[in-house]
Amino acid sequence: MRALILSATLCLASFGPAPSHAQTVAITGGKVYTVSGATIDNGTVVIRDGKIVAVGPNVAIPDGAQRIDATGKWVTPGLVDAATVLGLSEISAVPGTNDASAQGHDNVAAAFKVADGLNPTSILLSPTREDGITTVVIHPDNGLLAGQSAVVELVDGSATDMIVKPSVAMVANFDSPRRVGAQSRGEMLMRVREILDDARTYAKRRADFERAQTRPFAASRLDLEALQPVLAGRLPLLVSVEKASDIQATLRLAKEFGIKVLIAGASEGWMVADELAAAHVGVLTGAMNNIPREFNMLGSRQENAALLRAAGVDVALIGNAGGGDEDQFNVRNIRYEAGNAVAYGMKWDDALRAITLAPAELFGVSDRLGSIQPGRDANVVVWSGDPFQFATRPEHVFVRGKEYHDVSRQDLLMERYKNLPPNYTEAP
Amino acid sequence: MRTAALAALFVTAACNSAPAAQAPSPQRSTDTTAKSTANAGLGATSTPNADPFPSTYKPRPSTPTVIRNVTILTAAGPAIHNGAVLLRDGKIASVGASVDAPSDAVVIDGAGKFVTPGIIDIHSHVGAGASPGDRGANTDDVNEATNPTTPYVWVEHSVWPQDPQLPRVLMGGVTTIQVLPGSANLIGGRSVVLKMVPSRSVQGMKFPGAKYGLKMACGENPKRVYQQRGPSTRMGNVAGYRAAWIQAEAYRRRWDKWNATHQGDPPQRDLGMETLAEVLRGNILVHNHCYRADEMMQMIDIAHEFGYKIRAFHHGVEAYKIADVLAREGIGAAVWADWGGFKLEAADAVRGNMALIDKAGARTIVHSDDESGIQRLNQEAAKGMAAGNAIGVPVSEDEAIKWLTINPAWALDLDSKIGSIEPGKNADVVLWSGDPFSVYTRTEKIWIDGAMVFDRSDPNEHWRTDFELGFVPAASTVGGNK
Repeated sequence: MRALILSATLCLASFGPAPSHAQTVAITGGKVYTVSGATIDNGTVVIRDGKIVAVGPNVAIPDGAQRIDATGKWVTPGLVDAATVLGLSEISAVPGTNDASAQGHDNVAAAFKVADGLNPTSILLSPTREDGITTVVIHPDNGLLAGQSAVVELVDGSATDMIVKPSVAMVANFDSPRRVGAQSRGEMLMRVREILDDARTYAKRRADFERAQTRPFAASRLDLEALQPVLAGRLPLLVSVEKASDIQATLRLAKEFGIKVLIAGASEGWMVADELAAAHVGVLTGAMNNIPREFNMLGSRQENAALLRAAGVDVALIGNAGGGDEDQFNVRNIRYEAGNAVAYGMKWDDALRAITLAPAELFGVSDRLGSIQPGRDANVVVWSGDPFQFATRPEHVFVRGKEYHDVSRQDLLMERYKNLPPNYTEAP
Repeated sequence: MRTAALAALFVTAACNSAPAAQAPSPQRSTDTTAKSTANAGLGATSTPNADPFPSTYKPRPSTPTVIRNVTILTAAGPAIHNGAVLLRDGKIASVGASVDAPSDAVVIDGAGKFVTPGIIDIHSHVGAGASPGDRGANTDDVNEATNPTTPYVWVEHSVWPQDPQLPRVLMGGVTTIQVLPGSANLIGGRSVVLKMVPSRSVQGMKFPGAKYGLKMACGENPKRVYQQRGPSTRMGNVAGYRAAWIQAEAYRRRWDKWNATHQGDPPQRDLGMETLAEVLRGNILVHNHCYRADEMMQMIDIAHEFGYKIRAFHHGVEAYKIADVLAREGIGAAVWADWGGFKLEAADAVRGNMALIDKAGARTIVHSDDESGIQRLNQEAAKGMAAGNAIGVPVSEDEAIKWLTINPAWALDLDSKIGSIEPGKNADVVLWSGDPFSVYTRTEKIWIDGAMVFDRSDPNEHWRTDFELGFVPAASTVGGNK
């Protein structure tokens, strides 16, 4: 009780602009999963100024460094949930707390950036971070072209402090034509082709467009502009799609326009795993769905992620159980998604990669995070054991070199009601 | 006419394991079995408390089976390490450090593995809300959202036995479920208790002798659904429950009087009131969807006012705030491990809920309300254990297994038949590849009433629904082995 109260005070005191962390920290003796390189038994990780500065079996510990003895513990990069609306949605049913979707024009909102609506004081940041998740990729909901995703690190501070990259993908939803204003798959893809084609034309004729000397385009100026990095192959089109033949249609579209795609969902990805691997298309999927919820996912199975990985596909694990597990409230459960992936055939190291370095690579931020190597942001977690196990607890969580001792709203509620009746005036 | 009457009698007699035969407390139930049967003999007159859709479930043929050299979480005491269990004639014949295996028994070596009772989920909608759920598939038959009070609907009439979700539920180690109507209504209708077995009809899945439940719902859902016609407020909700119970009281009195005298014409039947009257008589168990502590407290007072018992609160994300009251009132708390935040009344969900309820001496029940979560209820309990440990409320595996088995069995009033590994109990048993509270563990073999109904290693022991044939690739039903 006392310890909890003390750490709560620390936590509350830490709000405000992200401070610099000159403190040098050495985590010693743990089993270090670098992910980018070999796993090191009895390794040391040195953190300074928010970055990892050294990692290895025989690292000199700088004088004055704060030492954390991780003997018998597991040390991993901070985990990454590659598909969430954390910080964009607080209470799902309360529209005023939801900022993940755009009105757009006819289901197109390519210029919409979710990063603009990020809520840095979301009560869900703490319970997420205290479970070892240090980075999330937040995405827009709804729409044929829904808008742009961002990579966010869970540091205290302003939205600006948190955002690693405000535009890492353009989200498209191809899994249900009728939800994006089309009557059929063919009509939906026809519309996408029209928009991409117009975006190309627009780029060549901006001056004519400004003088109103072009034919009408199929999307707004801002949306056509936002699609330029996609057409240039710099920004991946992240396509949410489930059915095997729809995945194939997406691959054809990508080839036709020379654009880079990522696939999210991919319930039937295992049926076309070789094609995805050959096209070097990464996939975001989970390991907890085996239900033919809709006709477009009759082949759902829990081995999907493992089979894709085994075929050579880059896989990032995301929540896909279809209930509440993938909500912003339970981003913290991403480690159990990895555990279930292992139960259904994925190699353990691949599962860890799928919630650390793989999403960092897929979203173009692997130079910043996702692995334990010098130069990376010091997002490091010391676990009491195997991070995929329920009984395991994160004992130290560092984000950009700062150790967080979170006391979430949920912790405060439990503390208040641990002994009944509650005391409503006791200050935590 | 005479033959029809005879047939009616025959049906009543043939299903002697059905509800009428085991109405628990004759004092509370003036409508005895004898009178029901007598009513059935009145010719074409339908009878209020007969069993019009009787269970036709029959256990599959079984072979005596011994699982030995295995860790057994019995839900009735400490784990038995290197133990053995004998399943014979559909029952658990013996359990202990060793058992005498009959010469014709199949012997399974369980080294490194675990045996538990079959998991029981008291909150599911599978079958009634079936897959696929595409618009136009019309497989969602969960909410009769045409009236805030619909005690007259019975969810079994919505259950599609070919729902492809059903075999997946079984694969999760779940052997018994309660299917409930949805939460759109203040009073949603009757539940049904099913065994996870293939059948041509829902009757073939119905748990013989199981009581019906009544679904009630608090809070946001009813007032949202009926915003236009009412109730549109929480006070409107409460007025709605009370109005229904007042009607039910009067109905029960009319029928109890007639049942006692058989004077004159019987009162006219009313399907909804029949169900509510049976709740008042203690023969139907109330399962109350309720998130907030303060609303649960009000529902408890309503139950006191009208003299019925709430068997369990479902989705009680704030149960931890009143766990002492739930313990005192003898009300079970059916909860998730960590769902919350999807609406304001779920905002105070905490992961320590299961452990805190348990600590206060109330019954923790792990439930799913979800076709995916129901396949991993063991993992939900594991999360609840871990959360308890994190706040200094340790929970042993011996205790957590109860959250999945004997506690939900109690909530269905079936704890004398299922929910623990004890001699005489139905042989509903799961063999796990390892500790069921590990993320890496999967079910290996499952028995219901002593008959093997799932074997991960044997493709001939995988239940495939009619829907799946041709539509769903065979590999995706169970998948390859690890």
